Amino acid sequence: MPAPLIAVKNLEKIYKMGEVEVHALCGISFDIYKKDFLAIMGASGSGKSTFMNIIGCLDHPSRGDFFLDGVNVSTMNKNELAELRNKKIGFIFQSFNILPRTSAVENVELPLLYNSSVGNKERRERAYNALKRVGLADRANSLPNQLSGGQQQRVAIARALINEPVVMLADEPTGNLDSKTSYEIMEIFQQLNEKGSTIVIVTHEPDIAQFALGNIIFKDGKIISNHPVVNRKTASSELIKLNVPVKEQAAA
Amino acid sequence: MRILNLIKVASRSLGKNKMRTFLTMLGIIIGVASVIAMLAIGEGSKKNIQDSISSLGTNTIMIIPGAITHGGVHLEAGTSQTLKREDAEAIRMRCENVIYVSPVVQKGAQIIAGSQNWRSGVLGVFNDYFFIRNLSVETGNGFSESDDRAAAKVCVIGQTIVTNLFGENKNPVGQMIRVERIPYRIIGILEKKGQNSFGQDQDDVILAPFATVQKRMLSTTNVNMIIASAKSEELIEDAKNEVIQLIRERHKLTPEEEDDFTVRTQSDISNIFGSVSKVLTILLASIAGISLLVGGIGIMNIMLVSVTERTREIGIRLAVGAKGRDVLIQFMIESIFISFLGGFIGVGLGSLISGLVARFGGWPISVTPFSVLLAFVFSAVVGIFFGWYPARKAARLNPIEALRYE
Repeated sequence: MPAPLIAVKNLEKIYKMGEVEVHALCGISFDIYKKDFLAIMGASGSGKSTFMNIIGCLDHPSRGDFFLDGVNVSTMNKNELAELRNKKIGFIFQSFNILPRTSAVENVELPLLYNSSVGNKERRERAYNALKRVGLADRANSLPNQLSGGQQQRVAIARALINEPVVMLADEPTGNLDSKTSYEIMEIFQQLNEKGSTIVIVTHEPDIAQFALGNIIFKDGKIISNHPVVNRKTASSELIKLNVPVKEQAAA
Repeated sequence: MRILNLIKVASRSLGKNKMRTFLTMLGIIIGVASVIAMLAIGEGSKKNIQDSISSLGTNTIMIIPGAITHGGVHLEAGTSQTLKREDAEAIRMRCENVIYVSPVVQKGAQIIAGSQNWRSGVLGVFNDYFFIRNLSVETGNGFSESDDRAAAKVCVIGQTIVTNLFGENKNPVGQMIRVERIPYRIIGILEKKGQNSFGQDQDDVILAPFATVQKRMLSTTNVNMIIASAKSEELIEDAKNEVIQLIRERHKLTPEEEDDFTVRTQSDISNIFGSVSKVLTILLASIAGISLLVGGIGIMNIMLVSVTERTREIGIRLAVGAKGRDVLIQFMIESIFISFLGGFIGVGLGSLISGLVARFGGWPISVTPFSVLLAFVFSAVVGIFFGWYPARKAARLNPIEALRYE
């Protein structure tokens, strides 16, 4: 077995809501390896978003250790975390979170604006390449309000790709999309995974989870199940199935 | 490199909110423009007042015969007849700090030229009087010492006299006017001076050689007053003391006796006007300063609102790896840019306003480099000072909460 890309040991997170202490995570331990494609599932309040924020270097754990690429992140300060987010993490959100009134390519190059080792020309080039990889090369200069929800999420994926992160984290990436568009997004994730990206997504929908390689189920801040996906589906074939009835209806 | 990127980020963000950027800038534009215009107007009014005072001659010293005492009752100044032509000549000879001196005799009279007549006064003066009063002869010549010695019947007249006796824009040099019974030949016309600050028409004047008026019209040895000019404004006090000393000596006054004359200088008057216009400038500048302050608070206001409004944007930036410092610098650049560009436009607008006031108000207004510098520095300081708080607020946002913000 190679060394894990992400190693989580006895991770705990406690929120103080006034007098009451809320245990969002109660001792989570597991490893994520290179080229993994994991789907984290669980009810609301099960701690999956808190977990994602911690491994996304957006938040500190209350206790426990978190190693990213062999480095202990749990002791780092705010600026070091920002540096890690900039260089090693690609984050994708449910609500896309792309800048309004800003063209697709400018949105995509955003992380590199905070990376002083990348020059202007290289930054633009890499932004176009990232857009090409999500199939949006022709919409580079479109503004978000000229793009559909699925296209906006693809811009967000391109933005997460541009710094060649060691891991891509997606918090309910299909939560705001219809099923056809959801499958299209998952198709992109599957393609990226095949080409070597490590991906962790959080989802509510079991059918979306079926596109991943492994499923982890959270309940009350603990992992209750961690299993590989059997009968894994490919998003491209599901997309074709979705289209068939539509064609038949059209014929009738 | 990093700072260049942040400048790019800030300018994109400003460019995408042109209306908001402009409105924020408006406060600074108005503030700076009013500072520039108010300082220019204050400076202009000061110059205006100074000019009209110096047109009277700021170095002027007036020596007036003292009041006579009649049975213990003091009558008004000038009623005694103690000053003579020789006093004036002695001042000229012996007072080192006095450069020009002229005795003055005055006679009100009906002036007649052809079929026209006009009531005015004739002043008998030395030709030094022209220098003391800053008078210049526009056409023709002034009179000379030999005219005085000969008591020549010549005169120099002001524009008001020309207009009333000969009609507007006429050149009556060489023509004759009669003052009472005596015919005078006009040898020169004074340049137009207009009203002085006290509303007197300075062009309603006839100047003739001292001896002519004194001997031919008044038949007296007294003079109404002696007027003199100190070498410079700073020497007025010295000159005044010298004159007092000399005349006391000439009038053989013992130390116990009071002066039988009064000496007045014009520096007293100009001091009062100087302090009035200083107060005016301070008043205008503080009004302008307040408007600049309000403009600065406007920047802070909009930047604060903008931090709240852009919480999500800040969250996104933090999530993709911006450090708190990057966000701080971005917001600082935005507010500095707004205040600088606002300051720049404000200087332009302020100069324009000053120019318009100068053109339509006829004031000698000038925008000084100092006021431009002041306004610029002040607007930059305002930008930095009022931009700091919102920027720090933005930089301290927690990325998770910022992203969750609706």
